[in-house]
Amino acid sequence: MLLLALDTATPAVTVALHDGSTVIAESSDVDARRHGELLLPAVHRTLKAAGTELDAVTEIVVGAGPGPYTGLRVGLVTAATFGAALGVPVHGLCTLDGIAYAAGQAGLEGPFVVATDARRKEVYWARYDDARTRVTEPAVDHPADLAERVAGLPAVGAGALLYPAAFADVPPGMPEHQSAGALASLAAGKLARGEELPPPRPLYLRRPDAKVPANYKVVTPK
Amino acid sequence: MADEPLVLGIETSCDETGVGIVRGHTLLADAVASSVDEHARFGGVVPEVASRAHLEAMVPTIQRALKDAGVAASDLDGIAVTAGPGLAGALLVGVSAAKAYAYALGKPLYGVNHLASHICVDQLEHGPLPEPTMALLVSGGHSSLLLAPDITADVRPLGSTIDDAAGEAFDKIARVLNLGFPGGPVIDRIAREGDPDAIAFPRGLTGPRDAAYDFSFSGLKTAVARWIEAKRAAGEEVPIADVSASFQEAVVDVLTRKAVRACKDEGVEHLMIGGGVAANSRLRAMAERRCEDAGLTLRVPRPKLCTDNGAMVAALGAEMVARGRSASAWDLSADSSLPVTDPHVPAPTGHTHSHSHSHSHSHDHVHELSRKNLYA
Ligand SMILES: [Zn+2]
Repeated sequence: MLLLALDTATPAVTVALHDGSTVIAESSDVDARRHGELLLPAVHRTLKAAGTELDAVTEIVVGAGPGPYTGLRVGLVTAATFGAALGVPVHGLCTLDGIAYAAGQAGLEGPFVVATDARRKEVYWARYDDARTRVTEPAVDHPADLAERVAGLPAVGAGALLYPAAFADVPPGMPEHQSAGALASLAAGKLARGEELPPPRPLYLRRPDAKVPANYKVVTPK
Repeated sequence: MADEPLVLGIETSCDETGVGIVRGHTLLADAVASSVDEHARFGGVVPEVASRAHLEAMVPTIQRALKDAGVAASDLDGIAVTAGPGLAGALLVGVSAAKAYAYALGKPLYGVNHLASHICVDQLEHGPLPEPTMALLVSGGHSSLLLAPDITADVRPLGSTIDDAAGEAFDKIARVLNLGFPGGPVIDRIAREGDPDAIAFPRGLTGPRDAAYDFSFSGLKTAVARWIEAKRAAGEEVPIADVSASFQEAVVDVLTRKAVRACKDEGVEHLMIGGGVAANSRLRAMAERRCEDAGLTLRVPRPKLCTDNGAMVAALGAEMVARGRSASAWDLSADSSLPVTDPHVPAPTGHTHSHSHSHSHSHDHVHELSRKNLYA
């Protein structure tokens, strides 16, 4: 198996290759506004580092968010198009699950919370019993509105770092953004256990901003 | 001819997900998925709604185009994509998909200009573009006069709208008349029942001291709205057909007058009209008459090639391949304000376009020059 993992739902543009037992190459850039420019070069670099080429890939997994939409779509459409061109399956995993898995690799045991920056003074978040077990649906909320639900729990991710009033306990040495290596390891483990992975559907969690224009404005002065 | 370049083009600058395939000047497939119905209740294109729809439609539309064309992806000579101008988030979906597709297939990538594509599409209808070509581009996002000595390398803006695009004016007047969105087709239809000379609406920027090739439709729009309001205020019935016909006549009169004048001034013998408003029947008829009177050859593609589509992008991409233009780099950006003077976005000089992965494998498997966001 050669699994290609990519995720653009957080400020990290992150790509990894996993051979079924371990991550064999990984490349990450952090730049929240250049996902579109950075992703393909990162894929190319990762393949070179592993000494392989794209058509050796047998499975693709992509972070399905939640995340700021414009960046999120870069990873999703790239994964879907690779899948169509190569004729290989494309799976989508919740981006927060990848961060939780990375937190587990960094030594955090459960229960804990993962929170990323949703902009507009909100966070995307979910609760975990342990690094592999999410116990709430991913959600988007104002930190102040969920303080009670996350009180006393350690929290990881850039969203937790941004709002210390709601997330008091952010253990040191924990991941801030997504890493495709963690996402790949999580996906490879699930596939090895025969689990069915979800399709690559975006987790937007918000309806599109679409203001209906006010009724046409009268131009004749009253 | 089998040795003409076989190119797939992707267009996502607004609300149409378009994938077209051409071989040289021959159209093989023109697959379009539109989200226009999702925007109708908003009275205009909502960028986030458009972007979400592009993501959903991208792979199915690519696959439909390949099926329609009856070609294998591995046979393509290149992938072209609209790099701009357009809605930033919408463009990014197409650019990302095109990069992934080109990279996976080991084909060169060509990021091309949306406006130059609107001109180049006419090669699919009427054969090679005369050089130079004068082009009048009119749609909901653009109203421009462009002189194109070489569509792959030299496109010069002569003038453009200083306020609303022509198609935008149609949408707004349709809204005043409660005719729904988009406004162009419905006004065109209703105007056929009306008298174009019934009401003398103003012709913007046609005075002797006005910019010869710029357009303005904001004053016209206001004048039409005032006229309708006055009728309503007086408790009289609004003659919708006459208003539509007279408004449309004012728009079309200015567009064709300036386009013909530009051809004469520049000594160009061919006028090309493209963009969604080029589907307007009155524009086509008046342009035909005025070009004939002026001894000009008029080229207007069929309506489906005038609105945004992937075939136009493929057409320009094929021309880039045919003329040996440089491919784009893998870090190609979606540029919402790509200048019309850049027909394509080549890799920076000295940049080695990495094709070390190139190999044949067996898988067969708001625009332009305006000063504001015209989609706002
Ligand atoms: Zn257009």
